[in-house]
Amino acid sequence: MRRVTNDGWFARYSLLGIMFAFIGLFLVFPVCVVLIEALHAGWGFYLSTLQSIHSWTAIRLTLLVALAVVPLNTLFGICAAWSVTHFQFRGKAVLISLIEIPLWVSPVIGGLVFALIFGRQGWLGPWLETHQTQILFAYPGIVLATAFVTFPFVARGLIPLMQSQGSAEEEAALTLGANGWQLFWRVTFPKIKWGVLYGMILCNARAMGEFGAVSVVAGNIEDRTNTMPLQIEQDYLNFGLPQAFSLASLLLLLAVITLIIKVVLEWYRLAPNIVRANPGKTIL
Amino acid sequence: MEALSSPSLPASRPSARRRRRHILPGFHLTLGFTLFYLTALVLLPLLALVLKTIVPTTDYPTFFKLVGHVYDVATDVRSLDSYRLSFGISFIAALINGIFGFIAAWALTRYAFPGKKIIDALVDLPFAMPTSVAGLALTQIFSTHGGYIGQTLFNWFGWRIDYTAWGILIALTFIGFPFVVRTVQPVVADLAVEVEEAAACLGANRWQTFWRVIVPAVRPALLTGVMLAFGRGVGEYGSIVFISGNMPYLTEITPHLIIMKLEEFDYVGAAGLGVVMLLMSLLIVGTVNLVQYFASRRRMA
Repeated sequence: MRRVTNDGWFARYSLLGIMFAFIGLFLVFPVCVVLIEALHAGWGFYLSTLQSIHSWTAIRLTLLVALAVVPLNTLFGICAAWSVTHFQFRGKAVLISLIEIPLWVSPVIGGLVFALIFGRQGWLGPWLETHQTQILFAYPGIVLATAFVTFPFVARGLIPLMQSQGSAEEEAALTLGANGWQLFWRVTFPKIKWGVLYGMILCNARAMGEFGAVSVVAGNIEDRTNTMPLQIEQDYLNFGLPQAFSLASLLLLLAVITLIIKVVLEWYRLAPNIVRANPGKTIL
Repeated sequence: MEALSSPSLPASRPSARRRRRHILPGFHLTLGFTLFYLTALVLLPLLALVLKTIVPTTDYPTFFKLVGHVYDVATDVRSLDSYRLSFGISFIAALINGIFGFIAAWALTRYAFPGKKIIDALVDLPFAMPTSVAGLALTQIFSTHGGYIGQTLFNWFGWRIDYTAWGILIALTFIGFPFVVRTVQPVVADLAVEVEEAAACLGANRWQTFWRVIVPAVRPALLTGVMLAFGRGVGEYGSIVFISGNMPYLTEITPHLIIMKLEEFDYVGAAGLGVVMLLMSLLIVGTVNLVQYFASRRRMA
């Protein structure tokens, strides 16, 4: 039955057609290209490009960076959400806005700030040089820049989730004699664990894929400070397209797994859709 | 009741309020760590960026004595060209996304079609996909030398996409798409169908209903989504540098110019460009919040 609020068949099919064409060209086609380019010479060649020494060290560094950044930002996210949702204090709204800063500045600025602090002409540059400590163009610098960029991910998912849950159950546990740790692990954590996971996978995906911030602080030293995205760029510039695409296919796999977990968590309403929880502030 | 709720002794008042505020444990620990981490990782580094631009020189008039070199760099022709690219093309890409994002949000909420959930999940792909992978794939598609589409476009029509502003436009359109869809989608879902029915009862055709009823309701969200896509596009780096070729004055975006300044050890110049971008982001976020504020105030009214 046709209702007055239904669009006519012409509008319907043309809008659907436009949407499919747009999504096909801009989203599906690039994914297919990465897969085709990575696999068109066969599995054996694909695996051999992944086992090349540059690819392997890049994968290792990327994993090590994520291993440092994701737990740090998760701890921060839980602390920030706990303090913001369970207590009233002055400047809370300002604090919540400040947490979002890294989402709206350019990732290049996320790297630039650390280059200006730890670089040779930076604020701490001369001091670091006399103490033989390398932060820029080394692992600590990459971790700092990545942590800056992925800073708000866990907090932004948890704050609306914990706000919607309120403090009643925690207060009840307190009257039953629970101490702080018991309160957190037995009452709060079971309620927020999927929200934490949600934030962690988004944080992890961004941490492993970050390019702009890291390329400022890493200095492109092959086999030493190249994360996977940087190695992709270097392979591309050195005409090593097969290597570039095989690394890219791994990051693509990561993106697809992240999306699947995200969608599953949202379908089962285990975690709030960050977008719907933060209307008008969609930057991920 | 009055007597019960009002404290008997004025002296006990602050402590009572304090206790009530701190019923749950961990306030000082969690807020302390939050503030420490935020300050150390974000606020102090940004302060360092701003302070780096202050380099007193004497050969400039009044205010510019403080930031002489930065002023030079920030108003250099190469910088101005890069702003024009970063801001101009981000803006065009955001408008394109405004149109296609609205269509996608509309189709995803109002129509039933096979594969809808997959398409809906796919919209988030630019969020999840690392920018360098996107840049590499788009370059392989639109490259003039052996690109899947780019080669044909060049051979048949003489159009070039890589190493031109068109390439930047395509990359930014890719990046900005989900911002519009995800901002508009919930608003379209919340539209009351009854209002459209009322419009139809009053004799409006579908086209009039669209322009007079639907568009005004969706406009704040659409504007927000477009601004968010614009803001993201201004700072975008990874997906652009592969396809644009980064030619100074022609296809060099501001983030790339910042990296060039750093590589020339012009830290002050890089900091100056960084502050320009920071101010622009601030302006964009401020606009988004203003739009949200007026939209919510109108909903209240």
